[in-house]
Amino acid sequence: MRFRSQYENAWYKAGPVLGKPVGDWRYQRPVIKGDKCCRCGWCYLICPTGCIRSENGRFVINLDYCKGCGICARECPVSAIAMVPEEVE
Amino acid sequence: MSEARIGSERIVEVCDGNKAVAYGALLCRPDVVAVYPITPQSAVGEWLCRFHDEGLLEAEVVRVEGENSSMGVCCSASLLGGRVFTATSSWGLLFMYDGLLYASGYRIPVVMTNANRETPGIFTIGNSSQDMMSVRDAGWVQLNVESCQEILDSVIMAYRIAEDPAILLPVMVCYDGFYLSYRKEPVEIPSQKEVDSFLAPLERSKRRILSPEDPMIFGIPSFFPRDEGEGCTEFRYKHSAALERVKTKVEEVDQDFGRTFGRSYGGQLEGYRTDDAEIVLVATGSCVGTAKVVVDQRREEGLKVGLIKLRLFRPFPREKLIQVLQGKRAIGVIDRSVCFGWHCGHLYMELQAALARGGLAGIPTLDFIAGLANLDITEEQIGRAIELTAKVARGEEVQEVSWLSLE
Repeated sequence: MRFRSQYENAWYKAGPVLGKPVGDWRYQRPVIKGDKCCRCGWCYLICPTGCIRSENGRFVINLDYCKGCGICARECPVSAIAMVPEEVE
Repeated sequence: MSEARIGSERIVEVCDGNKAVAYGALLCRPDVVAVYPITPQSAVGEWLCRFHDEGLLEAEVVRVEGENSSMGVCCSASLLGGRVFTATSSWGLLFMYDGLLYASGYRIPVVMTNANRETPGIFTIGNSSQDMMSVRDAGWVQLNVESCQEILDSVIMAYRIAEDPAILLPVMVCYDGFYLSYRKEPVEIPSQKEVDSFLAPLERSKRRILSPEDPMIFGIPSFFPRDEGEGCTEFRYKHSAALERVKTKVEEVDQDFGRTFGRSYGGQLEGYRTDDAEIVLVATGSCVGTAKVVVDQRREEGLKVGLIKLRLFRPFPREKLIQVLQGKRAIGVIDRSVCFGWHCGHLYMELQAALARGGLAGIPTLDFIAGLANLDITEEQIGRAIELTAKVARGEEVQEVSWLSLE
């Protein structure tokens, strides 16, 4: 019999999955309008994938991990985030 | 004054089954205990909380809002290397059914006691094996015991089975609710030192546990379309194969227990006066005591009758049953639960499969359903079962399944 895991427990190394980019699941992408953003950090807190980080006082979105759910745009108190459709190549 | 009487010496205390459970768990030094109360098991959690309050039980006692959470807490704590304990019954057992599947599927060595009780549908707060039988496909090891002493001893043995690196499966020690949960009898409580040395071979640290340094995910990730399915199949196979190994492990642990504490229970099953018996009854749980008395009476009358006390229900000890039942003229099964879809009891249905697979399908076999919803399984009923089994052994026509309580 051929086995993939040397272990009895039904767990597997998470490493290869942990770093897997999911950006290509997205059909729309969030764009932060710099002049409107009030730097409150709410998007950073509520992003389900945790792909928004603070960089030099501004918020930046890591598009490798953003699935384009749009929660940040919906939740932004000053409507500084717009969801822009991804172009089909 | 402390209510718990564990110490450096063995002590005999007259206590009920629930307290015997609590003593068993206490002596095994669990790290995490999460018990939600339900009749007839509630006293288990109460005793453990009292032991904790008195400083005897050095465990994290988690107050949960239901049984589903108690199994979740136990699974999580065990995955991180803790020794865990929980206890339940009936509705509670069913409320944690998905948790039972997580525990066995991920090979988490949870030890749990179940005070057997009727299941929902027909409201009754009474004993039967219906709850433990309802979860027989959950992939757990299930033991069903006869006395309060056997409860305590089996809890200790359960850790040796569950946490063994060759097994890694959750173990459910089942005991008849009401009949054992509230029955008081003398129970010998081993010393802490003895239990420590009995459990020493486990060397907990050798068990593979989860750690943030080496992140794991459950199942096999789907890198390719077939990975998830084949991974699932692989772990199902390993789980099933591990359950087969439990049979010999139960025997080994029982013998080792006998050497250490002077008590053993036959491992998977106990054959009572079966060697020269022509007809044999098969029973499990608290009614076995009554059945032994009746078997003795019939023996005095010259009837060659024996009894098998089935101790291990999952995995089903089919090989050992075949060994004991070889050459018998008729078999009678006492069932305390109903196997829907087969119109008989669970033990009967399982035994039929074992007999067929072991080449003994030719032995006439009868089923007797009794003792549901706290009805006593009486000496008269067991006498009637023996009478009918003897009749079928003589080649006479007898109805296959008898609902003794309705006769």
